[in-house]
Amino acid sequence: MRPFGYERAESAVAAARRAADTGATFIGGGTNLVDLMKLGVMTPERLVDVSRLPNRDIADADDGGLAIGAAATNTALANDPRVRERFRVLSLALLSGATPQIRNKATVGGNLLQRTRCPYFYEVGLPCNKRAPGSGCGARFGRSRDAAVLGTSEHCIAAHPSDMAVAMVALDARLGVRGGDGDLRWLDVDALHRLPGDRPDREHDLAPGDLIETVRLPPPPPGRHVYTKVRDRASYAFALVSVAVVLAVEDGVVTSARVALGGVAPKPWRARAVEAALTGARATWRAFCAAAEAELAPARGHGDNDFKIPLARRAIAGTLAEAAGIAPEVPTGGRRATP
Amino acid sequence: MSDRAPKTTLVVNGRARELSLDPRTTLLDALRDHLDLPGTHKGCDHGQCGACTVLIGGERVLSCLALAVMHDGDEITTVEGLAARAGAGDAPEALGALQAAFVAHDAFQCGFCTSGQLCSATALLAELARGDLSVVTPDDDTVRVTGDEIRERMAGNLCRCGAYPNLVAAIAEVAGQGEEGAS
Repeated sequence: MRPFGYERAESAVAAARRAADTGATFIGGGTNLVDLMKLGVMTPERLVDVSRLPNRDIADADDGGLAIGAAATNTALANDPRVRERFRVLSLALLSGATPQIRNKATVGGNLLQRTRCPYFYEVGLPCNKRAPGSGCGARFGRSRDAAVLGTSEHCIAAHPSDMAVAMVALDARLGVRGGDGDLRWLDVDALHRLPGDRPDREHDLAPGDLIETVRLPPPPPGRHVYTKVRDRASYAFALVSVAVVLAVEDGVVTSARVALGGVAPKPWRARAVEAALTGARATWRAFCAAAEAELAPARGHGDNDFKIPLARRAIAGTLAEAAGIAPEVPTGGRRATP
Repeated sequence: MSDRAPKTTLVVNGRARELSLDPRTTLLDALRDHLDLPGTHKGCDHGQCGACTVLIGGERVLSCLALAVMHDGDEITTVEGLAARAGAGDAPEALGALQAAFVAHDAFQCGFCTSGQLCSATALLAELARGDLSVVTPDDDTVRVTGDEIRERMAGNLCRCGAYPNLVAAIAEVAGQGEEGAS
């Protein structure tokens, strides 16, 4: 590991100012950053420890939503009774990710800013435009099984690994960001991450010193919460495809649909085509399949990960069906009606 | 360069230990190399195997992904502290309940992952007792001691000898397995 300076911040304002002045990197739980530093993938010259800042409380907000300190652990957020009761998809997503040991340490802010697990990003000897701009994308014509199928560019096809962030995107979370100038500004979680384009090394729009201090959840959308995670083993694996759904159905008609995807895009992916297709439509298996089809229409596989496209379609339709309480139609014999 | 070797106090198994550490030192390396506590094992050193699991403030974490300087003043329990009341060389009946159950159920083969399994399971018992949720907890949010719950909650501790059935049986016995069974 490259040597680095270490200091502990006394307040969020002090942390942001310090990082803006020195170009330091924040460390919260460190469960991703320490690993990347060991591998030489990230080589910060200075760390500002924000893990003991007081912004770890979870509190009711005046508007009926929830205010979450970004230093809260993933465990604390997943087990909070208000999250479990009113923002259940967030608890389900959190508990689908990592293990108790990691969730006990990982923070909400750090989860949002965790890096891709693309194997080319992780291995300093291999090309990766995200880690070493201009070196090429090894995954595009190499091992792409984990890579994204939506929102990619010729420069990078890495997928965002978070489960928690997928639920937060579906819930329209807003991030309170403390700048180096001491001001707090608000940012939609969906606007935090950038698509790779020709700058995959720039993953978000935060400036040096910008510290995610708090996360606001607005009052929950109506409906049933379901989180589906498809992965290579039953536990402790990143998503191949994940789907967060909050779906309200009245008299057989979808009145509200919130859908977001993980594992398939460079950022937590709000499935706006699904939402647009379903809102006001009858809640039928056929409608769910058509909506999933529309979302994945622009998807592009890279060989190893071609399977993610039909997998995502089926995971979307299946998760919607579970939320609506209807049975998927799988005819016996002949061509399957699955999307 | 004064910030390269800050003083760090770790309260390990009830005893305060002051260290001057390079900030790069992980908690795992501090325990093994600076405090002569080799019971916590280094498996993958990348947060994938769970062999380095210890308790910080009673909660399980991976010591390989923790920087020791970030835990100044924290109370840390390692496998050496799980049977602290037993003297060195004591017979198995002096071990903690989980340790005794591991022996009784043959919940290990080579033993490399065992210290991490024990620390992890120790915290698991506390999590079950206070009703912490897992992704396999049923929709009524009532935590029951089942094989599924134990397997899900121990997923971060790999055992390459494959002692999983015996690990689950040992943990279920101490957790007070429900009638659903732990098989």
